[in-house]
Amino acid sequence: MSDQSNGGARNQILSGIRTALKRGTPAAAQRDAAAARVRAHPRNLVPARAQLDHDEQVALFVRMALEVSCTVERVPDLAAIPQAVAEYLTGLNLPAELRVAPDPELSTIPWAERPTLTVTTGRARDADAVSLTGAFAAVAETGTLMLVSGGERPTTLNFLPDTHIIVLKRDQVVGGYEDAWDRLRAAHASFEGGVPRTVNLITGPSRTGDIEQTIQLGAHGPRRLHILLVGE
Amino acid sequence: MHSTAHSFPENSRRALENERLQYMLRKSGTGFQDKRRRAVERLPEFEELRDQGKAIKNHVLETLDVYLEMFEAKVTEQGGRVHWCRTAAEARDTIAEICRKAGAKTVTKGKSMIAEEIAINDHLEAAGFIPIETDLGEYIIQLRKEPPSHIIAPAFHVSKEEVADAFRAAHTELPKDRPLGEPRELITEARLMLRRRFQEADVGITGANLLIAETGSTVIVTNEGNGDLTQTLPKVHVVLASIEKIVPNLEDAATVLRLLARSATGQEFSSYTTFSTGPRRPGDVDGPEEFHVVLLDNGRSALLGTEFQEVLRCIRCGACMNHCPVYGAVGGHAYGWVYPGPIGSVLDPALIGIEEAGHLPNASTFCGRCEAVCPMRIPLPKMMRHWREKEFERKLQPPAMRRGLGVWAWFARRPALYHAAAKMAIRALGRLGASKGRFASLPLAQGWTRFRDMPAPEGRTFQDLWAERRGGRRG
Repeated sequence: MSDQSNGGARNQILSGIRTALKRGTPAAAQRDAAAARVRAHPRNLVPARAQLDHDEQVALFVRMALEVSCTVERVPDLAAIPQAVAEYLTGLNLPAELRVAPDPELSTIPWAERPTLTVTTGRARDADAVSLTGAFAAVAETGTLMLVSGGERPTTLNFLPDTHIIVLKRDQVVGGYEDAWDRLRAAHASFEGGVPRTVNLITGPSRTGDIEQTIQLGAHGPRRLHILLVGE
Repeated sequence: MHSTAHSFPENSRRALENERLQYMLRKSGTGFQDKRRRAVERLPEFEELRDQGKAIKNHVLETLDVYLEMFEAKVTEQGGRVHWCRTAAEARDTIAEICRKAGAKTVTKGKSMIAEEIAINDHLEAAGFIPIETDLGEYIIQLRKEPPSHIIAPAFHVSKEEVADAFRAAHTELPKDRPLGEPRELITEARLMLRRRFQEADVGITGANLLIAETGSTVIVTNEGNGDLTQTLPKVHVVLASIEKIVPNLEDAATVLRLLARSATGQEFSSYTTFSTGPRRPGDVDGPEEFHVVLLDNGRSALLGTEFQEVLRCIRCGACMNHCPVYGAVGGHAYGWVYPGPIGSVLDPALIGIEEAGHLPNASTFCGRCEAVCPMRIPLPKMMRHWREKEFERKLQPPAMRRGLGVWAWFARRPALYHAAAKMAIRALGRLGASKGRFASLPLAQGWTRFRDMPAPEGRTFQDLWAERRGGRRG
């Protein structure tokens, strides 16, 4: 298919829409109104449960995350993570091998203090059983984690390994999706240079109900989602 | 997909006689309904969110051309490419061409109803590619060589024993005596087999639940994570989406997403909601090198400005079929085309013609539950009536039915005569059936009496009784 025929289809679809709506090309006012709505991105209704104070948001996040079969462990700081991870893996009889995102936010974790853990960094490979990544934010409303792709945050770590450990800082927890969008816009110059390639909203481990509507965890993505909640 | 919608009466008769299917339909029972109700009860703002969702989509439909152009500009800005396709054939050719250019062999697929609509798998196979469905339900029905029977639970009609049979027939490299009795074992096997496919794939095709004009993002909502592996591992990602999926910005997307999972599976939120924007960026260590959006019209733009415009608000949650007594009795395959249930009864005639799908808008008891649960408040029963009117206008019903309706209409326009005739008929029937109180068979009403007795009228018409009651109250 040539570009020209694609362009023909484009024009025909657009003019078909205009004919059906009984108008010609949209008036400047209509274009401006649409552009303004996109630019201003006003919030629609945000449920009351997404508008709590921060401590309650964190409590709600944990409750909702547990409800969707995450496990949550509170740790005081990044220094406590190697021990927490080692004990978590031992408790599940999992090999002490870990694929970690090359994320500068995670670079101060003192892995060397637990020499029994084999830690490598990079994108996920098929044989990796356990990954550890940071998060960009977490939405209390539904116990949802927001992860954003980038060279230091490979998306494959979120899906290929059987067990995914996410390091979440208390101050990354927000009330509703809209609060997370605000943070994303703030971190990316209001999307002037575009949006990150992949934004993952993750709510619990992978699951399926495709066999007789019985929910089973670990369909294609991680079977376990363990959250290390950092901060007092 | 090849349509058998014209054979709906035969299809549904067979479905009613199919014991395995009836067992599966009974087994799933009210599961989806109960889950949805619980989720809705937990969110006091749900009804207001429905109003807002409806308003967002109405606004988009009135401004569809503007938002599509904005979306296209954003996708292009970020290194992706939009392909506009008027018809299923154009979309099939476009995708096959992308696969050819990529030198593809294996093509993995996330779940997409549009892909069913354009029958992409058959086309890719004929062109020498190997399309692999990766959603577990879709994988099962691909192995069984059958279409989906539900828009969010494609293998709704398949028992776990039948899944095991399909796996044993397909996965011949695995030990023959392996146990496959439990869902857990089936899922582990599918995971293992599909992992290899994910790694081999050159192109990954997903659908889209939403397109966002603000960012040029496409959004998929899944539970398994297969869609994410489908779009992250191969070097080319193709998004197949229809034009009405667009919303203005991320805030509008949030509103629709608050409605979607609750209405569909009764989850607060699905496991994975993924926003994809363009190909791999400089410095990225994973993600596709090419990002294509195939934008399909296939008859949708022609619905704008008609009595069917509102059906374009649909977000494909499946709540209407989960609450439909007709779907619950015959399942999805009887409908004979891609979209079953009440949404299919409205959408299928629009997309494949009332001549082909005219039975579907008649497959309704007009109980109204579909409209009551539709998150986008689509007046589905009203639209089915519009299709029935069109069917009558185009003289598509059998002559006997048209004559019957003609006679009825003649009387209905003459109330005095109508009441007199009804009175005579009811009195006669009342006398004839007085001894038994019911009829085991009646001429012209065998469609009813073949399955149940017709109670004998007790001698007076509703109009009569009503007049008496009203008279009594006044007096």
